Amino acid sequence: MISRELVFEIGRTLIAIMLALLLGFIIILLVSEEPLEAFQHFVLGPLTTTRRIGNWIEATIPLVLTGLAVSIAFQAGQFNIGAEGQLFFGAVIATIVGISVPLPMYVHVLVALLGAMLGGALVGAISGLMKARWGASELVSSLMLNYVFYRFGLYLINHHFRDPNAGAMVSYRLPETVWLQWIWPPTRVHWGLWVAIVAIIFSYLFIYRTRWGYALRMTGLNKDFAAYAGISVTAVVIYSQVISGAIAGLAGAADVLGLYRRFQWQMLPGYGFDGIIIATLARNHPLGVPIAALFLAYIRSGASIMSRMTDVSSEMVAIIQGIMILLVTAQAFLSKWHHRAVVKEAKRHGLNA
Amino acid sequence: MGSMLRGIFSVGFGYSMLRVTTPILFAALGAVISERAGVVNIGLEGIMLISGVSGVLFSAWTGSAWLGLLGALLMSILFALFMGYFHIKLGTDIILAGIALNVIASGGTVFVLYVASGDRGISSSLASKVMPTISLPVISRIPVLGPIISGHNVLTYFALLAVIAVWYFMYKTPVGLRLRAVGESPDSAASVGISVDRMRFLALGISGLLAGFGGAHLSMGYVSWFSRDMTAGRGFIGLAASALGGVHPIGTAIASLFFGFADALSNYMQSLSIPSEFVQMIPYLATLLGLGIFARQQMAKSQKGRKQAKEVA
Repeated sequence: MISRELVFEIGRTLIAIMLALLLGFIIILLVSEEPLEAFQHFVLGPLTTTRRIGNWIEATIPLVLTGLAVSIAFQAGQFNIGAEGQLFFGAVIATIVGISVPLPMYVHVLVALLGAMLGGALVGAISGLMKARWGASELVSSLMLNYVFYRFGLYLINHHFRDPNAGAMVSYRLPETVWLQWIWPPTRVHWGLWVAIVAIIFSYLFIYRTRWGYALRMTGLNKDFAAYAGISVTAVVIYSQVISGAIAGLAGAADVLGLYRRFQWQMLPGYGFDGIIIATLARNHPLGVPIAALFLAYIRSGASIMSRMTDVSSEMVAIIQGIMILLVTAQAFLSKWHHRAVVKEAKRHGLNA
Repeated sequence: MGSMLRGIFSVGFGYSMLRVTTPILFAALGAVISERAGVVNIGLEGIMLISGVSGVLFSAWTGSAWLGLLGALLMSILFALFMGYFHIKLGTDIILAGIALNVIASGGTVFVLYVASGDRGISSSLASKVMPTISLPVISRIPVLGPIISGHNVLTYFALLAVIAVWYFMYKTPVGLRLRAVGESPDSAASVGISVDRMRFLALGISGLLAGFGGAHLSMGYVSWFSRDMTAGRGFIGLAASALGGVHPIGTAIASLFFGFADALSNYMQSLSIPSEFVQMIPYLATLLGLGIFARQQMAKSQKGRKQAKEVA
């Protein structure tokens, strides 16, 4: 049975998205000399060729993973702003395993992915432990860890795995045994898609079908009540950050092993903050995450096509994203309507009784 | 090693340290004032970007650096209050509101720059102005110290004055007291008739103003153009400096100098064989350590309190 509450939440989210898109269209109308062209490329562009559909799916993969990572932390009532550093470090570890641990096909990829998860989990564990042990704000600690592991990762790549023959600051090429293979030529959609799907199923089952997941949700809803009911809040804080970090680590590995086949980030890629946008749109539900990630990747890829074909620059999409977060998370947005619905429901029950 | 020490103790190093500290210090003071009112301002990064692009655009349009600065500051306050409106009036989580503002600013500044000037990502075609540098009388003639302290952009001196102004405001004025009361305990503050919402709007407005100075320094002092994401995390570093400085203006100023020191040092390191990545890591590690120690003390204190309460009972 679907509760009225859920219907309201979904409806509210959709209305917020519509309003944000509407604002996007108004902006296009204001700045463009060819607004109809621009609309068309923005809305339909990603579907016009196989390659573009491929680009859309490629872009979705890391977004699903960071979206899941952030959702798990949010469900535990924790913040994870550190997905950025976790995925960066995960990607570094995957690169190192790829270059310096020769292994046979299949095994190599698995070990590299596992390494990335461990790397991300390690970063998450530091925040989790500091919070659980000393009550140190995971917000500040994960923010700091982003920079610490960003620099540390860069050090490892630039000083030990840098390809001196490449023109740019990039690592050596990864051997083919560690690649996430492309599954849909001519696009670059890769095995990371399966990784993302497994991660979705795992996250769903973990959160809603296990004792640990139950404890995690209870802690997120009401920490004091959870503690009173005998749940170890300390343990929840730690493992939620560890699992969140592990999944974020996969996001970094997916791009490096699947798309670039060498480490080429000199800046933080920004997927961590994207994960927060996605978790917000998905209301922290693992099954909502792929929808939100597909949507976000779609409007971004539409915006980038639009900027290539017309006079509207792709950054417009950032304004849409920001407004979406603000509206979706504003409790007062449409709350009067919600209130009316609740009253109606109550009255109906009153009559039945 | 010898060349490194000579580098640190050179006049140029001291000068560049103050220069790189300026935007961090502004952001950090902005973090202090909002945090003291009980609102974490994650949006500093975005506000600085908005200020940076506004300064460039307004100064190019008006032909005056000061009018450019004014425009930049007004836009900064406006967007800080915009974020505050969503948090205070509509109940958006302040962290998410700040992240939303950062997202809007990161793309929106590039978008607006393109619409206004046709420049993609960097304001190369705009004849924007730069804030003047000031040679301090008397002080500039002191050997060693003079060339370090004198000859900076006027905004660097504003930053130093802002430390005192923020301290004075928070600890020596009735409004500052109320602002801190709201942060300590919103319920008790409300019970004695202080408007929590108004104080938080005020804090965010001042926080925006300070971050605005920082952003203006980046595009109208540090360099003479705006470029995509030119803040490069300085808003977040400001939050770190505030945490490291115990959310106190003086402590935060020292912490900001420490970040500036490490930043300037890493520039020197690049010419030597020491990996600059490690030097740049130090301030963040120090913040992490400081955060851990501080939290541990707080926890020990509260546990001791609980124990005593038990003994009394």
